[in-house]
Amino acid sequence: MKRSHNFTCIVCPMSCQIELIEEDDKILEVRGNGCKRGEEYVTEEFTNPVRMLTTTIPVQEGRIAMLPVRSERPVPKNLLRRCMKELSKVRVKAPVRCGDIIYENILDTGVSIISSRDLSIGNYSEFR
Amino acid sequence: MIEVDVAIIGGGPAGLASAMKACEEGVKDILIIERGMELGGILLQCIHDGFGTFIFEETLTGPEYAQRYIDEVKKTGINVKLNTMVLEIDSAKRIIAVNQEDGLLEIEAKAIILSMGCRERTRAQILIPGDRPSGIYTAGVAQRYINIEGVIPGKKVVILGSGDIGMIMARRFTLEGAKVEGVYEVMSNPGGLTRNVVQCVEDYEIPLHLSHTITNIRGRRRVEGVTVAKVDSEMRPIKDTERFVPCDTVILSVGLIPENELSKSADVGMDPITNGPIVDEQMQTSVPGIFACGNVVHVHDLVDDVSKVAEVAGRGAAEYIDGKLKKRRSPIKVKAGRNVKYVVPQIIHGEKFDEDIRFYLRVKEIEKSVKTVVLADGERIFEKKIKIVKPPEMVKLDISPDILNRITGDELIIDVEGEEDEEKS
Ligand SMILES: Cc1cc2nc3c(=O)[nH]c(=O)nc-3n(C[C@H](O)[C@H](O)[C@H](O)COP(=O)(O)OP(=O)(O)OC[C@H]3O[C@@H](n4cnc5c(N)ncnc54)[C@H](O)[C@@H]3O)c2cc1C
Repeated sequence: MKRSHNFTCIVCPMSCQIELIEEDDKILEVRGNGCKRGEEYVTEEFTNPVRMLTTTIPVQEGRIAMLPVRSERPVPKNLLRRCMKELSKVRVKAPVRCGDIIYENILDTGVSIISSRDLSIGNYSEFR
Repeated sequence: MIEVDVAIIGGGPAGLASAMKACEEGVKDILIIERGMELGGILLQCIHDGFGTFIFEETLTGPEYAQRYIDEVKKTGINVKLNTMVLEIDSAKRIIAVNQEDGLLEIEAKAIILSMGCRERTRAQILIPGDRPSGIYTAGVAQRYINIEGVIPGKKVVILGSGDIGMIMARRFTLEGAKVEGVYEVMSNPGGLTRNVVQCVEDYEIPLHLSHTITNIRGRRRVEGVTVAKVDSEMRPIKDTERFVPCDTVILSVGLIPENELSKSADVGMDPITNGPIVDEQMQTSVPGIFACGNVVHVHDLVDDVSKVAEVAGRGAAEYIDGKLKKRRSPIKVKAGRNVKYVVPQIIHGEKFDEDIRFYLRVKEIEKSVKTVVLADGERIFEKKIKIVKPPEMVKLDISPDILNRITGDELIIDVEGEEDEEKS
């Protein structure tokens, strides 16, 4: 069965409304894109949409309560919530360096979750 | 009394980049004064990615972007006073600050760089009627609670305003398990970048209601719900479209205002449109030796632009204390013309220009296939075609010295011309 999917392109400020027509996951046509990059964008968004994951992890004995972390590379979009669930169990202890691996190979994606700042030892409650 | 060469008020990205530049230019005695317990400013709570694509050519999170500058600053002899709040500055460049260790501090600086950033508009400034329960936060405060303190301030959330911060918080609340009932935007277009509409709102199937506003907030102790309504073309709520939306939290993302109490205490001339100081091409304010950069001047959407312009201020301050600041001629005013809300810098006054000047403009309305035109004495000295202009995305124009040196009058007008205007002329 033929299906149509609509996308707003985010490659440049033109924000083209792009339609992708597919049959059994095979892309038949892309229309509405102002340039080639738009076609690439919707093809990627249709076949393998990925997003960067950014969140926070509680820190023990840190200068602040939460450590910001991110995925080293983007992860499949449909795994974002499961990644969040996985990370909700994780705790770290100060000190942490920017770039330290906090969680290796999350959900077998081959992507690790890394620290997004230096966080030295301190007593957070002192600052509250 | 402490004496320094350059005092920098605020340790966010603007303060950090201006300090680094002043240091590179050979200034010895630099002091950054920051009221928070850490350097980095608002970036520390902006844990999402999207920072640094121009300067570092990779996409970093806010804390990572800040970390790069903090690491650099640490390698230099730049002094930093944390947990220190500046209370007052005067036009003689005397600073009064306070902290727990030193008590009241008096600092005299040869040059000052203002980099205090901005703060959020609150409910009082947009006048939403109704009860006064708990559960109403500005987006930045909620962001701080979640990302720094680790506290999720609600379970069922309504967001007013579709600026980038509002949309980013819609995603953040959702990922943390709260339910975002909807994002309501009074304008007919989203207030933030398309990328955020797609990746923060549509990805999570959060309803985005354009041309809508909150007309009432209800709740005794805690928010119990809001009344929302469609607005007409004049942005007046349409009575019979009113509907009650139950929620326990209201997040306001209704704009930022440059934080300029200190600038005013130093008698710095202000621009009523940007709400920030009037600056020249070296980011110097109307008070000689007082410079300003970053969100204190006007609200930037990209931190990369903040860092870049902060370097201009840092260099300006270094040249000022060396007595090498560019010779000035009588100022040329830069005025916002058709479909332009404001232009920064608002004045330029080098005697002879020897490098590009970058003008930042904010447009009033979305327009496709436009031309930005610079007029001096009625003559079109510069033209550039742009595919599309949008209010959330700042337009940058780099004008070269050979064009600048052709200016004769005392006024420049920058227009954004539509296709039709061109046909008419
Ligand atoms: C929620 C949010 C999301 C954003 N997302 C992006 C994005 O995705 N990409 C991007 O490029 N940009 C983004 N930005 C914009 C970017 O973060 C800002 O442009 C930038 O942080 C502004 O830098 P600044 O140094 O001018 O101000 P700030 O970062 O606000 O720093 C000002 C500093 O001055 C200090 N200060 C103020 N008054 C005093 C005083 N009296 N005494 C002592 N210290 C004082 C403050 O404590 C603060 O540390 C975002 C901004 C926000 C708020």
